[in-house]
Amino acid sequence: MSLSLDDVKRIANLARIEVGEHEAHTALTQLTGIFSLIQQMQAVDTSPITPMSHAQNVMQRLRPDVVTETDQRELFQSVAPQVEAGLYLVPKVIE
Amino acid sequence: MLNSSLKQLSALLATKKISSVELTVEFLKRSRALNSDYNAFITLDEETSLAQARAADTIVASGEAQPLTGIPIAQKDIFCTRGWLTTCGSRMLSNFISPYDACVVERFNSAGAVNIGKTNMDEFAMGSSNETSFYGPVKNPWDTSAVPGGSSGGSACAVAARMAPAATGTDTGGSIRQPAALCGISGLKPTYGLVSRYGMIAFASSLDQGGPMAKSAEDLALMLNVMAGFDTRDSTSLQREPEDYTRDLEKPLEGLRIGLPKEYFVKEINDDVALAVEAAIAEYRKLGAKTVEVSLPNTRLSVPVYYVLAPAEASSNLSRFDGVRYGYRAPEYADLNDMYQKSRAQGFGAEVKRRILIGTYVLSHGYYDAYYIQAQKLRRLMALDFTEAFKLCDIIMGPTSPTVAFDLGEKSSDPVQMYLSDAYTIAVNLAGLPAMSIPAGFGKNNRPVGLQIIGNYFAEAQMLKVAHQYQQITDWHIRMPTSAAL
Repeated sequence: MSLSLDDVKRIANLARIEVGEHEAHTALTQLTGIFSLIQQMQAVDTSPITPMSHAQNVMQRLRPDVVTETDQRELFQSVAPQVEAGLYLVPKVIE
Repeated sequence: MLNSSLKQLSALLATKKISSVELTVEFLKRSRALNSDYNAFITLDEETSLAQARAADTIVASGEAQPLTGIPIAQKDIFCTRGWLTTCGSRMLSNFISPYDACVVERFNSAGAVNIGKTNMDEFAMGSSNETSFYGPVKNPWDTSAVPGGSSGGSACAVAARMAPAATGTDTGGSIRQPAALCGISGLKPTYGLVSRYGMIAFASSLDQGGPMAKSAEDLALMLNVMAGFDTRDSTSLQREPEDYTRDLEKPLEGLRIGLPKEYFVKEINDDVALAVEAAIAEYRKLGAKTVEVSLPNTRLSVPVYYVLAPAEASSNLSRFDGVRYGYRAPEYADLNDMYQKSRAQGFGAEVKRRILIGTYVLSHGYYDAYYIQAQKLRRLMALDFTEAFKLCDIIMGPTSPTVAFDLGEKSSDPVQMYLSDAYTIAVNLAGLPAMSIPAGFGKNNRPVGLQIIGNYFAEAQMLKVAHQYQQITDWHIRMPTSAAL
């Protein structure tokens, strides 16, 4: 597998990170190095193995469907970049 | 006092030989003075710390003190702390005053401990040298031209330089153990699920685990008694009976079977580290332990597997930083998408962006099975390696890091070399096992060497005993860097 400059720009766009031309070139070199390390994984035949996401054999806990959180809107919005009348402000998206 | 154990400090407080205010002032003065050299703290807030110390003195006076009441503890800046700047080492959160406390912080608060400050770290815990912090690198107090390790480098430095009696850390791929080793202190990563992740800013959620960093194993046990426990707010928190982690400290090691993985004693390990680790194992034989060779055949795959899984989880976790609800927002932008792109481009540093890109790629359409699923399968093989090894031994030992602390700048331009420095710590996180690092001497340029002790699931009390017994016959853990003398 080899990464192209277009791949880097495509994934940067998916990740919503702006990259300049120079930065994309640097990223390409470094990601190519990292993926050649990652590529070592492909040498192992894992067809009979079940993927593991958690070390303990536990199930996701369920909880009663009741309100547990209190309203702390003002406190939480005190750290927001821009709010007005209790709403988070972002650039206009609908004409 | 600077070299006193938590138990000794607690006794001084209980017998009124010192007050928490006096103790806190002493450590704050020292932290302020040394921080310009070491950069171990991002935030020191004398007023808040002293208010906590005064409250602690009241508790001590009322006779209701717990073991850590009145003792200053440094918090890694990854733990949300109400009213404190909580940056996670990032420009993205450089303006974030947390509106709530992490579970770990709540637990220290209810134990009556004093928060002495928020420690520097690699940005979002992504790094092995503390060089990715937006707030600049931390220096290793044993040699200021060396890195302290990472990502909990500020916590390791603060404890090593005796700026705080103990500190918290988090470990996703070695971030407690490696800096503990490189700074000559003790650090423990508990079994995954033992310490709540609530309010601990997420990097790779299936691997992240908080834990204590201190001078000795005994101190770690007292810290873990406060930190561990079930929490409904963390979906992977494990529901278990509370334990006293100090309970086995004084038990003998006679008959202990120490497994030495042949894959850990290979050419990649530097001679100075190998010598110190072998000398430590010889001490264990004197204590009555036996050694047996074990094999962890998939060790060499741990770094590649980790650099698929951790970035994949990170790319998802860090998507919350969009400049809308909290954190950094770019000053200028054309539209909503541009605001996201510029805020994230400016708010994140190079290493964080690199890992988000890797994660986004391995999770993208057409690559998911080849990378993510393959890595999850190899993760199981690695966990099974440990299961097999623990049939032959009670505990596993080896080096924490293949080298002593490297120089500042030595690996910062080569991500692959930096990643390989965690070759011995990562498999433990993938398997969800507990592990610790304790000081075991010095290597090249008089830089500290760490001995790694890996236990089976929930074997923390046993590991702490194994470490404590070694610390009864050696003095590496009470050695102090001369540069930190005040």
